[in-house]
Amino acid sequence: MSEQDRTNEPIIICRDVHKWYGHYHALRGINMEVRKGEVVVIFGPSGSGKSTFIRTINRLEEHQRGEIIVDGIRLTHDVRDIERIRIETGMVFQQFNLFPHLTVMDNITLAPIWVRRWSREQAEEIGMQLLKRVGIPEQARKYPGQLSGGQQQRVAIARALAMQPKIMLFDEPTSALDPEMIKEVLDVMIELADSGMTMMVVTHEMGFARAVADTMYFFDQGTIVESGTPEQIFGDPREDRTKLFLSQILSH
Amino acid sequence: MTTSTSTSSLAPPAGVLPPPTERYTVLGWLRKNLFSTWYNALLTVIFAAVIILVARGMAEWALTQARWEVIGANLRLFLVGQYPAATTWRAWACVVLLALLIGLSWGIWGRGQRAGAIALGVLPFALALIAQEEARVPLLITGAAGLIGFALSFWRGVRLQRIAIIAWVVYFPLVIVLISGFGGADSPLPLVPTNLWGGLLLTLLLTVVGIVFSFPLGVLLALGRQSSLPIVRSLSVIYIEVVRGVPLITVLFMAQLMLPLFLPGVTIDRVVRAMAGIVLFSAAYLAENVRGGLQAIPRGQYEAARALGLNTWKMMLLIILPQALKAIIPILVGQFIALFKDTSLVVIVGLLELMGIAKAVLAQPDFLGLQAEVYLFVALIYGLFCYLMSAFSQRLERRLSTGRA
Repeated sequence: MSEQDRTNEPIIICRDVHKWYGHYHALRGINMEVRKGEVVVIFGPSGSGKSTFIRTINRLEEHQRGEIIVDGIRLTHDVRDIERIRIETGMVFQQFNLFPHLTVMDNITLAPIWVRRWSREQAEEIGMQLLKRVGIPEQARKYPGQLSGGQQQRVAIARALAMQPKIMLFDEPTSALDPEMIKEVLDVMIELADSGMTMMVVTHEMGFARAVADTMYFFDQGTIVESGTPEQIFGDPREDRTKLFLSQILSH
Repeated sequence: MTTSTSTSSLAPPAGVLPPPTERYTVLGWLRKNLFSTWYNALLTVIFAAVIILVARGMAEWALTQARWEVIGANLRLFLVGQYPAATTWRAWACVVLLALLIGLSWGIWGRGQRAGAIALGVLPFALALIAQEEARVPLLITGAAGLIGFALSFWRGVRLQRIAIIAWVVYFPLVIVLISGFGGADSPLPLVPTNLWGGLLLTLLLTVVGIVFSFPLGVLLALGRQSSLPIVRSLSVIYIEVVRGVPLITVLFMAQLMLPLFLPGVTIDRVVRAMAGIVLFSAAYLAENVRGGLQAIPRGQYEAARALGLNTWKMMLLIILPQALKAIIPILVGQFIALFKDTSLVVIVGLLELMGIAKAVLAQPDFLGLQAEVYLFVALIYGLFCYLMSAFSQRLERRLSTGRA
């Protein structure tokens, strides 16, 4: 990341974001700004609200208080605004969520054709480039059910990238993978981070965070307990809860 | 595996063996499947005896006592009811076009299964041999049409896919126009009033119209039931629950008697009223089946579609419905089969479809007391069509399967 990009206006702004599930207070006033090209890693114990938070960015979950502004658009109930944000925001899920009735290529080209209104030829050309980028061009005509988990997740990344989003959201992208497949997915994500993509990643992969994160946020009980660069978080965490959590996940 | 290094490039990797093959002699198969234990052997003997007795009785009756002439003499009635002889060619035209379309589709989507296609093509020729004089030429044309369609599919192959789909879509309205006609005696296709429609022709028309119209209606109702708009949702729920709480016969009666009361001054054709009743009835059941399919789709599919920026309609049409409908193909076809058989209930409101014709034939003084022959024949026709529908659904399922997941 060049210094110039870092000083850019923030592309995601969250101010005092709250979310309740019934009486359960899942997000308790989250404040965060993400600049263009920044790679943000969110980590924390399960139930800490990190997945809920990342899903409020593209309105898969609705926040009930505070404001979220993505690429200059304020998230409200306005469906058109929500769809505009979703077009500019790619998302990769823990369970891949590929469309099982479509081939790999059709998974990738569906949204460009139906939402961006590209021609099929154009969409497939870009789809093929993306499949080469994630390393599986030979799987284009297969169905998701015929691929390994790691391959499926790489297709999911390609599918999100096909819309040429400005922001990529990753919700625990490697948590459902067998250990030997985690690396192939992380390699793609590292390459993506190096290319200058703005990324928000919920993950427990601390090696990945150390390698590419600009800022790390530690979530616990619906709040941001601590944030900082990887050097600060790993080298000199201020909060006891952060230290305890890091010692638990780094102990083996 | 100490010696494997030298041979590893030639032999398959260590431990990889071909699966065991099971081969049986006829006697071996019999012993394994029918006489494995003493009670299996006993059951085999008892059932064999029962089957032989029944089959012999049936064969004896069918070959010596049954008076099959009742079928031959009334074949026309069974097939088209009182549809005028002068316009029968229009029904034949529908059959010929259907054969053409089936032949074409078989070639395009049948994955080159020639045996079935040839059997299908030869069937009309075989029927032509035993058919009555007037049916021979049309049957020959039908067989030829089927083969021409099949040949066409080889000539242009997959490129005809789109044309074939359009042809199917156009086919159904075309059939209605052909069968019903329009205008007076001087028009090229004079109107044939629906009270002359009957027999298998009417049964199939009721079924096809029932399926073609109740399917989209049922899908819309299912989506309505899941809608977040309270009015749409409650209207859908009320419609579905009310219709499902009423027997089809009641719906048919209401369509016949009450529709004219509700719409005074407007006369709706009797057959159309019956069709409306069947469509409205079937749609409610379909809606519940489709809802079952929708509920089987994981939340992640909705989320992935939304995250890509698809709006609700695109999400439903491109992502959710294709998967939901695929998952319920067996249920859908089961319901269409039930609908096909339920069309026999229109007898109650005075329409002479296949079952109605059967009753009318049995009332003829010449053929009193021939219930066994007539109903057996009708059952065979119903059975044949139900079998075709169910076989088609199994092919469709295999065709649409995309591996595990």
